[in-house]
Amino acid sequence: MFLQLIISGLSIGSLYALIALAMVIIYKASEVPNFAQGEMAMISTFVAYALLITAKASFVVSFLGALLFAVLLGMFIEFVALRRAKDPNILNLIIITLGFEMVLYGLASWKWGAEQKHLPFPISDTDVIQFGTVVVSHLDIATMVVALIVMITLFLFFRYTKLGIAMKATQQNVIAARINGIRTNRITSFTWGLSSLIGAVAGILLSPVATLDPNLMMDPLLKGFAAAVLGGMTTLIGPVIGGYLLGVIENLFGAYVSLEFKSVVAFLIIVFVLWFKPSGLFGKHYVKKV
Amino acid sequence: MSGLIAFPFISPNYYVYMLNYMAVNVIVAMGLNILIGYTGQISLGHAGFFAIGAYVTVLFIDKLHVPFFAALFVAALLAAAFGFVLGLPALRLEGPYLAIATLGFGMAIIQVIGRAAVFGGRNGLLVSKMSIGPYVLNTDKELYFMIIPMTVILVFAARNIVKTRVGRALVSIRDSDIAAETMGVNVTYYKTLAFAISAFYAGIAGGLYAFVIGFINPGSFTFILSILFLSMVVVGGLGSVLGAVMGGIFISFLNLKLESVQYIPGFGDMLVIISKKWMSVTGLPNISSIIFGLILILIVVIEPLGLYGFWIRTKKYWKTWPF
Repeated sequence: MFLQLIISGLSIGSLYALIALAMVIIYKASEVPNFAQGEMAMISTFVAYALLITAKASFVVSFLGALLFAVLLGMFIEFVALRRAKDPNILNLIIITLGFEMVLYGLASWKWGAEQKHLPFPISDTDVIQFGTVVVSHLDIATMVVALIVMITLFLFFRYTKLGIAMKATQQNVIAARINGIRTNRITSFTWGLSSLIGAVAGILLSPVATLDPNLMMDPLLKGFAAAVLGGMTTLIGPVIGGYLLGVIENLFGAYVSLEFKSVVAFLIIVFVLWFKPSGLFGKHYVKKV
Repeated sequence: MSGLIAFPFISPNYYVYMLNYMAVNVIVAMGLNILIGYTGQISLGHAGFFAIGAYVTVLFIDKLHVPFFAALFVAALLAAAFGFVLGLPALRLEGPYLAIATLGFGMAIIQVIGRAAVFGGRNGLLVSKMSIGPYVLNTDKELYFMIIPMTVILVFAARNIVKTRVGRALVSIRDSDIAAETMGVNVTYYKTLAFAISAFYAGIAGGLYAFVIGFINPGSFTFILSILFLSMVVVGGLGSVLGAVMGGIFISFLNLKLESVQYIPGFGDMLVIISKKWMSVTGLPNISSIIFGLILILIVVIEPLGLYGFWIRTKKYWKTWPF
């Protein structure tokens, strides 16, 4: 029972980790928590749905199409609004992302209505594999594997590719990066695209267990955000561990303490952690220069 | 001023209701502006304080038979106490961390209210008519004469707060909390005070809102409402009393109008045609969310000072006209 809870916690936790990663990547690039992340992923999932059902494309084509759409959407948002903010302090940037959150939410509910849809998925969530006493569905395994692959690719990308290193440089110091010949504006745009892509992967993986409606990512976004804050928003490993931790703790809490308040526990943890470590578990404490 | 007094006698009932609704929102915007615009602390959980105000007022009147003013005051004080508690972690948090903490607070309040039987659970509570002593306020018109004076008083109180020593302390914290501390401003005290005042305003507004609408349930105090409050402050203009008033009026007007967007002549018909062709007609009311989002984005991109900024610019333009 206990092990079972941990496994299913890790499965949902890997989705939280992906969303948290997506948020942290943007946070490091533009210094704003991206509240539109969830809706960006949600609308990308709807694009997959539209390609699959309405345009009758194959799974591969429609998922790749949705991911491509996600990248373009992320770059578009950065290009159209974030870059043009007159006074880009944190409050104004948060307001822009909240604005996009509302716009995307409105668009999705206008187009696809509030009725719930179901995205057919090639991997079943009822077929299971048994390991001793623990039962794991194919979908859970796929989720964990895909999430791991995305994370490992991401770490390799940031370490070994030119684009990844340029992104890291831009995140660290825009002016220095520009002096070294990096087109920082373009890199920031790419960063948004990358982050949106990761979010869309999470959205698509989530859609078979949840019902596909405009509220799809509302809760997962908050959990992902919570995971990012829990792990610390200055590192990349922090949010991943935060995501897994949150998934497991939440599951255990739901089983042993109270199922009703399962969704509140995330925020209790955050408040508790922030009380002792204001920059999250793995974040370096940031000392302000005057 | 005299226009405000004469208004309910010459206009249809719906507009009186609309003005009541606007006034309530102006109060929240005013309080939130003290927190965001003057102190520079973000809150995405004001719907929580608003809900506390509404529920506590209603329950105190219905269950304990406390007179209206006492109940409202207790509710607002309770909201302020919650604001104070939320202000404590805010001493160490900033930016995104504060945003998530306040957001979590707002969600948690709604979860608790939605689950507990005292608060009527998901079904909510029916609000009885407001009564002051022997008088029962039956109509929107009577409510109007209760709400508008309170709004005016609260707006002037806010103006006094921000124009005096307290307000200057808050602004200095917004501009640089370290500099403020070196100058001898007690940052701990003023940050928590800003949260408490802001929550107090939201609490009073919540109590009044319950009577304007006549019915409260957890569904009316969602995260979206917190964003709506935030957009009032941002659209009106951060850090200005007049801005909060304008923003509150403007956004609540839009909110009421956009609920039935398809009945707006011209624009609405166009939207219906677009919906039939490419979108879905049932989803049409969601257009309000799109419009609010666009307004938020445009304000930040074009005029970060909001309506107040436009007002200042127009005024300057006419003052110095040919130049």
